[in-house]
Amino acid sequence: MLSTRPVVIRRLLLACACAILPVSAWANDIAQFKVAKGAVHLERSGQRLPARVGTPLQATDTVVTGADGSAGIAFVDNSLLSVGPNSVLAIERYTFNSTTHEGTFESSLRKGTLAVVSGKIAKQSPDAMKVKIPSSILGVRGTEFLVRAGD
Amino acid sequence: MALALAGCATPSSRDLVVLLPDKDGKVGTLIVQNQKGSTVLNTAYATARTARDGGVERGMASQSEIKEVFGSAIAAQPPRPILFTLYFESGSDEFTEQSKQEVKRLLAEMARRQASDITVIGHTDLVGPDPSNDALSLQRAGRVKSMLVGMGVPAERILTAGRGRREPLIPTANGVIEPRNRRVEVSVR
Repeated sequence: MLSTRPVVIRRLLLACACAILPVSAWANDIAQFKVAKGAVHLERSGQRLPARVGTPLQATDTVVTGADGSAGIAFVDNSLLSVGPNSVLAIERYTFNSTTHEGTFESSLRKGTLAVVSGKIAKQSPDAMKVKIPSSILGVRGTEFLVRAGD
Repeated sequence: MALALAGCATPSSRDLVVLLPDKDGKVGTLIVQNQKGSTVLNTAYATARTARDGGVERGMASQSEIKEVFGSAIAAQPPRPILFTLYFESGSDEFTEQSKQEVKRLLAEMARRQASDITVIGHTDLVGPDPSNDALSLQRAGRVKSMLVGMGVPAERILTAGRGRREPLIPTANGVIEPRNRRVEVSVR
């Protein structure tokens, strides 16, 4: 009797997690892959996850592309980021208030190439969007630009 | 010879930043900040090459360099979001005739895109205070979300937002009833 209890509880917890997951996953989603070509994956809390068209991203995910990889991501504030081959792009902070358009968007291009079209966060607050590269920090006052991280 | 050498000196070891004009030809501003200060880029195709020791070299990017270095990243850009604006018949839950056509175009645009998702954004006119307009605009967005779900759009592809009175289509004085400002926009990504 006692030995079956943890199983029941675990099943219950699982059932709860399944019931809650779609909602909470959506609440944490900040962006989606719209383009994924060649080798592309995500790193999330130490785990490596496959990235395909439609895969959602969360704040603090890192996008990694291989030698033949490239990926395009649309954020919920309509910022568009895309990376070329051999790239590592870490989303370090992302918050967006869809009523006031206030937010913060900090990312770090550690390797490779990045194309950016800024969205509502940068439009609302000139200092809210920052892109870090190995040598410097870019303050984004709009709107379209390209970045390569040196070797 | 010296020039050629200088040109070849560690060309890819520096970071490179290129400011582009946007789709309408407007040019934004980037501030490149490092330990030695900041550099402002605000003209089309202006570049900053920055080294980790804080050195910055300004210049202009050619189309061929942009294509060579950034071709793959640019080719992977998602399509630009498109905005559809919808109106209700006054005092009803029905879209206007024109908006019914707009809904068809919106659904077609969603179908055309890969893994499309949308934000439904409600707006009010400038009558009444912020909090009640925020609630009202979010209610309007929620109504449109239900209608779109009824038309087959999966609920998990829809975010709703209430912008209240912050973004009038037609600028008016405070307190002016303006039906064109009472609208719902749908941003398709």
